Amino acid sequence: MDELQALAHGFAVALSLKNVALMFTGVILGVIIGVLPGLGGANGVAILLPLTFGMAQTPGGDTSAIILLSCIYWGALFGGAITSILFNIPGEPWSVATTFDGYPLAQQGRAGTALTAAFTSSFVGAFVAVLVITFLSPVVANFALEFGPPEFFAVYLLTFCAFVGTSKEPAFKTIASMMLGFALAAVGTDTVTGTLRLTFGSTHLLTGFDFLVAVIGLFGIGEILLTLEEGLEFRGAKAKIDLRVVLETWKELPRYWLTSIRSSAVGCFMGIVPGGATPASFMSYGVARRFSKDGNKFGTGMVEGVVAPETAAHAAGTSALLPMITLGVPGSPTAAVLLGGLMIWGLQPGPLLFIEKKDFVWGLIASMYLGNIAGLIVVLTCVPLFAAILRVPFSVIAPIIIVICAIGSFTVKNAMFDVWMMVVFGMLGYAFKKLQYPLAPLVLAIVLGDNAESSFRQAILGSQGDLAIFFSNKLVGFMTTLALILLFWPLVSWLIGKMRGAPSGKSG
Amino acid sequence: MSAGGGGEERPAFSQKSAELAVAALFLVFGAIVVYDSVRLGSGWAADGPKPGYFPFYVGLLICIASLVNLVAALRVPRARGKAFVEVGQLRMVLTVLIPTAIYAALVTWIGIYTASFLFIGFFMRWLGKYAWWKVVVTSAATMVVFYVVFEIWFKVPLPKGIVERWLGLD
Repeated sequence: MDELQALAHGFAVALSLKNVALMFTGVILGVIIGVLPGLGGANGVAILLPLTFGMAQTPGGDTSAIILLSCIYWGALFGGAITSILFNIPGEPWSVATTFDGYPLAQQGRAGTALTAAFTSSFVGAFVAVLVITFLSPVVANFALEFGPPEFFAVYLLTFCAFVGTSKEPAFKTIASMMLGFALAAVGTDTVTGTLRLTFGSTHLLTGFDFLVAVIGLFGIGEILLTLEEGLEFRGAKAKIDLRVVLETWKELPRYWLTSIRSSAVGCFMGIVPGGATPASFMSYGVARRFSKDGNKFGTGMVEGVVAPETAAHAAGTSALLPMITLGVPGSPTAAVLLGGLMIWGLQPGPLLFIEKKDFVWGLIASMYLGNIAGLIVVLTCVPLFAAILRVPFSVIAPIIIVICAIGSFTVKNAMFDVWMMVVFGMLGYAFKKLQYPLAPLVLAIVLGDNAESSFRQAILGSQGDLAIFFSNKLVGFMTTLALILLFWPLVSWLIGKMRGAPSGKSG
Repeated sequence: MSAGGGGEERPAFSQKSAELAVAALFLVFGAIVVYDSVRLGSGWAADGPKPGYFPFYVGLLICIASLVNLVAALRVPRARGKAFVEVGQLRMVLTVLIPTAIYAALVTWIGIYTASFLFIGFFMRWLGKYAWWKVVVTSAATMVVFYVVFEIWFKVPLPKGIVERWLGLD
């Protein structure tokens, strides 16, 4: 059991006083970020990432930095549930499904029960996912050590084609949005030949577009603009959790063990393939409704209807880190930002990380266990405090969030140009959200663009331009074929619909 | 807060115009990418693919995808088109967007602290209708917190202007 030994060492790294303090700081910041409109996991981490540049340079500091940032992510995952249940406003897209039964429960005066159920099942989902990461990631990393450029490009291809195949948004909008990301990543100095690309003589563009600025603009400013359409006020239910409610809910929860197992499985699977937490939560809610004997009462305030999406969302959000640390391919936008962070700190995510940076990897994995325990403690004890944040009037909180976003963009490269770009990306994010252009593939493409391009160029250089290299052995051929199937899946399902003569297939 | 007044729920833009505009923007962007990739060489040189090789296909895909989106948007009959944004909503969005753009310009000019002080103050006074002393206290306190967190704690220098120099902070 090499894993257990490595994990024990990881706990020793993560359990230093400094790292535990960072864990709690991260979780608290994360919950605040998850609760506030316009600040989500992805751009919360993006804003705080520049602050860790200094920290990551000290010895062992990169582990502390990743612990801080990943705990912000866990906190944001927890925070989303608070706003969904109390205010019927999903703070994060993956907590939309939590509103279906969570908000009715709160209206019936059972907010405490709903919150306890949500937090506890989040914890369970995350815990299962961390177990999966602990035992599966060394295997995956070991396997991926054999990968050459064609295999890596096939993994990237698979990731991006999966977006086209699985997203709810129209396929061509997904492609347009994704390719925009690749184009933005290509701006600036070409990493191979040193040629300037797409800069058109502008000195601001020499270093290219920074993904952090894009994330802050698209998710931060864009989200605030969307929230504003709904108006300036939030009205929410009262939140109070006392020990009695917690214990009573905990007594009730084991009844839903089957739902928990199913939702964890759905979540882990959706997190590892780049589907992400949001579809996982919806899918798991749907599955729970179909299998539950109270299925027809879902939507009226069933505890089970809170358990299912929350378990799955956390399992997916957590397991999204598995492909990130083992292959260097993130499963969600937030994981993409974390990955970008690793690259900025000078770490190359991928299978070698497990050999060269053992402390870092296992410290991170250990901190996932501890961070989620810290998260559960923090949210159960401090809910009223966090709910109070949402009662701060929007005319105060909105400008403060915008200022934080501006500072975050500026600190990336100490460039004013980036603050301007943030505003532009904000407008884009607003329009894209409203027109169903998905943002996740755009962000992933900006982060991974350079890596995908260089592995493509290396692969094709080896074969002198022959694309058959991507089918040259069983493994790469399998991945490429799977990617192509996923890419053409929308077309196939459209054709099947046509052949069955389903009238729903035709829409203008 | 529901938007008051007549005609607030009238569409400011139809969904269709917005779809067309965004698809057209994508097309233009894709064309620029293709143009620059061709300029750099999108083919194969002696030492491997030229710098424009990869972006060329990226640009090409943007063009193809945006053409499909453009056609899809054109085929939606205008009568059935719903609103992209209503007048009242657009007003709310612009009340934030325009000051934010001005704020970004101000930061370049007078530094981030003064600009943020004015920006937060403006919002609280104009949208929140708070008393002046509350406005000044809140935004000044926020700036002090930011100064402590960024400049002292994390040692990240932020852009400063004439006011900070006058206060001796720069």
